[in-house]
Amino acid sequence: MFDRLYRSLYRIRRVEEEIAIVYPTDKIKSPVHLSIGQEAVSVGVCDVLAPTDVVFGTYRGHALYLAKGGDLRRMIAELYGKATGCTKGKGGSMHLIDPEAGVMGTSAVVGTTIPQAVGYAYAARVKRQDTVVASFFGDGATEEGAFHESLNFAALKSVPIIFICENNGLSIHSRQLERQRVSNIFERARTYGMPAERIEGNDVLSIRESVERAAQAIRAGQPGPYFFECMTYRWREHVGPNEDFAAGYRTREEAEPWMRDDQVKRIGGMIDASLRSRIEQEVEAEVADAFEFAERSPLPDDRELYTDMFKEL
Amino acid sequence: MERILSYAEALQEATEQEMARDPSVVVFGIGVDDFKAVYGTTRGLVERFGPERVFDSPLSEDAMAGIAIGASLNGLRPIHVHIRMDFLLLTMNQMVNIAAKAHYMYGGAVSIPIVQRAVIGRSWGQGAQHSQGLHSLFMHIPGLRVVAPSTPYDAKGCLVQSIRDNNPVIFVEHRMGHFQQGPVPEELYTVPFGKARMLAEGGDITMVGVSYMAVECLRAARELAQTGVHADVIDPITLSPLDVDTIVDSVRKTGRLLVVDSDWTACGASAEIIAAVAERLQGAFPVQLRRMGYADTTCPTAKNLENLYYPDAQKIAAAAYGMVRQGAEAWVPASVTAPELVEFRGPF
Repeated sequence: MFDRLYRSLYRIRRVEEEIAIVYPTDKIKSPVHLSIGQEAVSVGVCDVLAPTDVVFGTYRGHALYLAKGGDLRRMIAELYGKATGCTKGKGGSMHLIDPEAGVMGTSAVVGTTIPQAVGYAYAARVKRQDTVVASFFGDGATEEGAFHESLNFAALKSVPIIFICENNGLSIHSRQLERQRVSNIFERARTYGMPAERIEGNDVLSIRESVERAAQAIRAGQPGPYFFECMTYRWREHVGPNEDFAAGYRTREEAEPWMRDDQVKRIGGMIDASLRSRIEQEVEAEVADAFEFAERSPLPDDRELYTDMFKEL
Repeated sequence: MERILSYAEALQEATEQEMARDPSVVVFGIGVDDFKAVYGTTRGLVERFGPERVFDSPLSEDAMAGIAIGASLNGLRPIHVHIRMDFLLLTMNQMVNIAAKAHYMYGGAVSIPIVQRAVIGRSWGQGAQHSQGLHSLFMHIPGLRVVAPSTPYDAKGCLVQSIRDNNPVIFVEHRMGHFQQGPVPEELYTVPFGKARMLAEGGDITMVGVSYMAVECLRAARELAQTGVHADVIDPITLSPLDVDTIVDSVRKTGRLLVVDSDWTACGASAEIIAAVAERLQGAFPVQLRRMGYADTTCPTAKNLENLYYPDAQKIAAAAYGMVRQGAEAWVPASVTAPELVEFRGPF
């Protein structure tokens, strides 16, 4: 398990770092919202999901896409706006999707994928599938009406869903308590009639363990919903490749405890050094290959502007 | 002998037959399973298909639209019903930001086969927030289909087509349209999108009526005929995609186009139709163009003000006559009866 977790954590970190390195070359001509620092949430949750399980995410979705098994080459090609991208150069970083891996979409409008995840889960019940659906969103999304409407419906209909609030304490540059009177997101979820807990410390093992219990309960016929508020921290700026501790809305001191407890380092320290080295080498080769694939891939044909508007019968 | 159904009955039959044919069709919305059954349009569905496939929804149009989208991603074909089109505004985020865009922005990886049924609420005194026709807001958005049939035949065929289509469809109904009677085959059939229907042929003027205004245009045409003015009456049925060809062909013959909408005119379906025709025919020969729709005000409730606010057959006939008989003395027909309005009793 630890080697699997480490591979996923390290791989996401390295992909994101490479994106940050490439970004100033302007080869990626669209916004990127990096997950660096927050990988543990996606990795912990997705580690206990089956390939047939389904996730919905947000514009900060690189970690979720990769943790759930989304194709790396097609992700980087998408960031490059290439025809080989996961949406053929039509969605970019904010609209990653890989249905074969159960990544059913990420959205730039905060909170919008929450009801879609609930609807997918409702359909799973109607169709007697044993699919578990996980809905990822941030603390900002809990301020949207759709969040509350979705939790109410999910609880009302007992749909097989796990809500994952990635609480990084920030909505762009606004801190949670500048937007909410109290910081009790998980308690609010409870009032809709579902078990809910907060997981402190960006702890990938705690997240994994808690979500595994919920997923097992769903598979055992206790459909849900379940709610987890996972405390985490964004190391880089809201959008773009850089750090922004000098911008004034937060301090490096605030970030330091999170960086000290870096889950990539932590889990890496729990596996044998030679295994760790082998994983890192394999990941480095895979990352290099993905960027090289993106570089050499063609741009979409001009005719692609008008394709995919409607799905024909 | 041909079977006569009301528009509302045609909608019910289309839904029930499609649900029987295809287990992936589900229906939800406020009141779809109650004793009133959205004017009877969802009558009997919960009894036949059960509460998993037919259910009342919480008052959460925003999330329910998203839930419809998510359910469609997992293979269902949801019909989300709104007893007033005004409530459709609450679905705009999901419909415009996700439903309309998902197929394209995800590079064709997914599709969103959902139907939003929405009733334009004119009957009596429905006022500012229960009367709006908001179809043009959705016509503006690439990726959405917008349909507004006016006859029971087209209501059934168009709803079947909407359910089977693999894309999001805004299905516009009109409360007064629900009372229209007409022949409806019992078997399932589809009315294709993007094909207008010629409801009457005259040759002097082309009248295009959107939704219930197609009914009023037909009535106006009958009045006009008594003055020797004969109108082509066209129901576009599908507003997006719009069948411009059928309208242009008629206008080539008549040289006059009057578009009447169940909505305001500014940036509306009438503006779009006029613009599309003008782009095709400008310079070819002179064309008279005119739009009619709701008064450029908020909808009032006092009956006399309401009568002024809405276009009707009398106003349409007078306007058309003025376009055809330019320079002649104005003509206004005696009040034209709209039985569904005369007979309507409240409250809703």
